[in-house]
Amino acid sequence: MNILVCVKRVPDSSENEIRLNREGNDIDTDDLVYAVNEWDNYAVEEAIQLVDKVGGSVTVVSIGTEENEEILRREMAMGAETGVLLSDPLFEEADGRKLAAILSAYISKNNFDLVLCGAQADEGGAQVGGMLAAMQDKPYAALVNMIEVLDDNKLKIGREIEGGSQEISEIELPCVLSIQTGINEPRYVSIRGIRKVASVEIPTLGAADIGFTDVPLRLNKLEYFQPELGEGAEMLEGSEEELADKLVELLQAKGGIK
Amino acid sequence: MDIVGPAQFVVLGIKTQIFSILIPVVALVLFAYIISKRLIPLRRAAQDERFNRFGERLAQIWSLWLLQVKQPRYMLAGVLHMAIFFGFLVLMLRSIALVFIGFQDDFQWPFLGGSLGVGYTIAKDYAATVVLVACVIAGIRRGVVKPPRYAVPEQYGKDHTGEAVFVLALISLLMISESLFDASKLATGGEAGHFAAPLSLAWFFTGMLRGSSTELLQGIHIVSYYVHDLTFFYFLCFLPFGKHFHVLTSFFNVLFMRLDRGKVKPVRYGLAKEELDELESFGVKKLEDFTWKHMLDFYSCADCGRCSDQCPANAVKRPLSPRFITIKARDLLFKTFPVWGQPQEAPALIGGIYTEDEIWSCTTCGACEEECPLAIEYIDKIVDLRRGLIDEGMVPQSLQKPLNALERRGNPYGKTAKQRGKWIEEEEFAQAVPVKLLQGGETADTLFFVDSVGSYDDRIIEINRKAAQLLHHMDKDFGILGEQEKDAGNEIRRFGEEMLFQEIKEHNTEAILEVAPQEIVTTDPHTFNTLCRDYEGLPPVRHISQVLVEGLAQGKFSLRPLEEKDLVYTYHDPCYLGRHNLLYDEPRQLLDALPGMKRVEMEKHRDRSFCCSGGGLALFYEPEEETRMGVVRVQMAREAGADVLVTACPFCLINMEDAVKIAGLENELKVIDLTELFAEQVEFVPTVAAAV
Repeated sequence: MNILVCVKRVPDSSENEIRLNREGNDIDTDDLVYAVNEWDNYAVEEAIQLVDKVGGSVTVVSIGTEENEEILRREMAMGAETGVLLSDPLFEEADGRKLAAILSAYISKNNFDLVLCGAQADEGGAQVGGMLAAMQDKPYAALVNMIEVLDDNKLKIGREIEGGSQEISEIELPCVLSIQTGINEPRYVSIRGIRKVASVEIPTLGAADIGFTDVPLRLNKLEYFQPELGEGAEMLEGSEEELADKLVELLQAKGGIK
Repeated sequence: MDIVGPAQFVVLGIKTQIFSILIPVVALVLFAYIISKRLIPLRRAAQDERFNRFGERLAQIWSLWLLQVKQPRYMLAGVLHMAIFFGFLVLMLRSIALVFIGFQDDFQWPFLGGSLGVGYTIAKDYAATVVLVACVIAGIRRGVVKPPRYAVPEQYGKDHTGEAVFVLALISLLMISESLFDASKLATGGEAGHFAAPLSLAWFFTGMLRGSSTELLQGIHIVSYYVHDLTFFYFLCFLPFGKHFHVLTSFFNVLFMRLDRGKVKPVRYGLAKEELDELESFGVKKLEDFTWKHMLDFYSCADCGRCSDQCPANAVKRPLSPRFITIKARDLLFKTFPVWGQPQEAPALIGGIYTEDEIWSCTTCGACEEECPLAIEYIDKIVDLRRGLIDEGMVPQSLQKPLNALERRGNPYGKTAKQRGKWIEEEEFAQAVPVKLLQGGETADTLFFVDSVGSYDDRIIEINRKAAQLLHHMDKDFGILGEQEKDAGNEIRRFGEEMLFQEIKEHNTEAILEVAPQEIVTTDPHTFNTLCRDYEGLPPVRHISQVLVEGLAQGKFSLRPLEEKDLVYTYHDPCYLGRHNLLYDEPRQLLDALPGMKRVEMEKHRDRSFCCSGGGLALFYEPEEETRMGVVRVQMAREAGADVLVTACPFCLINMEDAVKIAGLENELKVIDLTELFAEQVEFVPTVAAAV
């Protein structure tokens, strides 16, 4: 089974104080450290595990600049056979639809049985996977947390539904799936692992190479801010015990606990 | 009529002398064959560097092997073992002489003539007696009393009591037959100058046999000889099949023991750092990846259970018992490299005999190694196994986050480097204590290596501010690396991420040497350990307790009496200060210097200190356990009657402050850092004191 996993390079925001840029429509990226999008990492792990079971190969693709090579190598160190970087000045400004279109162009030039995306990335749009499937006219399932290969043409997949229910479906290959975290436990990538793939060639493909024609942006970010404290938000003060008492009182009053 | 010895005796027309020759020859050939089979894995094992520093090695042989210095740490078992061991040493000459007596009746060692020979006979009579008594007590202990530390938990296989008692019986049989052999001869009236030492086993037997018929005595004489001969050679060939292999291997195991505390073995001996990248595999994944010395460790284990008895992970029921790290590997060695048959394919260690959690459960506290009477190593093996796990990507999610953060940002918390030196900027503190930021060419005599926990954890920052205040008070010209400092990496290395450690070490070394300090000071024993043991080419590194003791000696501190007179203090030895670096006394000196100090020791103190659950990355690992090590430790402090538990390690402080809350001891026990406690009693220059 030939599997493509689309991965994104995102700011590692877990411990960052996020600051806004001068225009006020995005975060300031100067001080940020980047990493692979967490959901994508699960998708790559899943792809590797599938290939371990049924054979085939895993390709990881990312849109961006040569800085993306680092995350591609990291995924290759995990076990992805090939890394591909899609890079072109034309790609620099993109909304979700355009990203999907770029990936779709690349996929059309190749032959994949299965395309995996992370369920969402740093911006929380969760849109590329679905749009990519539509553009490719392939079946699609989102938030997948279990994959089992039934035969050459069919997968059994599980999705977590709100409230913790599990939905099991069959889906025909080729298809596009967006992967939820928790589907597996991604393996650790050691420094040695990364160094081992440090000199592997990562082909860089531009718009012309993949036959991409520009699509206009249909989504423009206007503003980015932290909401002000509104009504109902309250900072509790006092010692730990007082805080606990007040919290219990509030929760009881609002019906949170009985 | 005199009786004849085995060299002369004839039974059914056959001279028994022929058996006297046949038994040793067959047995020695068999023994050589068995040993050659046992050596196969050692020859296939990874390299090790042990053929060096023979002076130090002989010193260890003297104390650990010959004088058995670790044995009395478990008094009864230790004394019994020493009795048997010294008895064996004395009886060795006699046992070999007995073999020759089978060839030639009047054989005696040429160097044991005259009064020396008489002296030796007395010594060996008593030795045999003492060994027999020790064996009987040991047998009752193992077979009837059954101390809990010998129990084999279900997941580790079957009970080992049978083997232990069987060997004790064999040894007893040797002692009895040896004494009977002598006694049967002496009971005939004997020759002048031959006697059994009074009250010895031989003496008792002589008394019992006196007056018996010559035929009976002759029979006993010959039978006891061959019982001894057969038992002796059976025992010799039996040794390499179980825990009594240590009788043969212990000498070599101690001779080739690890000589340096606190250090971790390289990934592979004799490889330059650049060559590490080219290694196909990293760490220990299968049996043959262990070094030959580590295999010798497996052979040498006497299954005494002391390691696991001291292991804090085992105590809180984590899935780790050092004893079975060894026993399981030994059994796999025996199975994979059988004496009869060809070497077999061994399974991967992880998933075969070990589990991932087992290997991550170790805090590298070193209690097991400190206790082992045979100097068996554990930390290096655990680290090697972890290197293998890291290489395979088998790392628990709880450790992946901090490891990734260490790689990206140089600290396990994922904080930015810019924040690292921020703790010195707080206004009030900065006014009172100027700390140099050693960046952009700024230098200082003393480099204060703060490390990650001290740079980012609010509680530990408080302690480091006190340390800085004390350094300032001692007129030290000192500063910190700030943004240029990365985690020192003690746990990065000990959790097996060797290449990340190498990168970080290179970075830190360069940053430190740029400042060109005369000395490095740290408050964190883990930092202290790695800078001392894992880094090269640095100026001297000292723990803050050493610096303060020096200041005390120079009269730099005027100390106020402790305010609360009734409080009883106890000191918890951090593993990386105590066991790994032998700094037991300095912290105690500082405490005892405080006027009004009332201090007690916990039962487990100094080299038997009980780990708080580990520092650095160990703080992030989420083990399966019944209770926390820290909780056990704070309860020990209460049992000792302490109201205040003092430690000298940031991780001990964090773990035990948490533990006090979990144990519900907030009102009974306070945890405090040594530096903090000491600083509180120092009379600072007024302006400083007012400001801090």
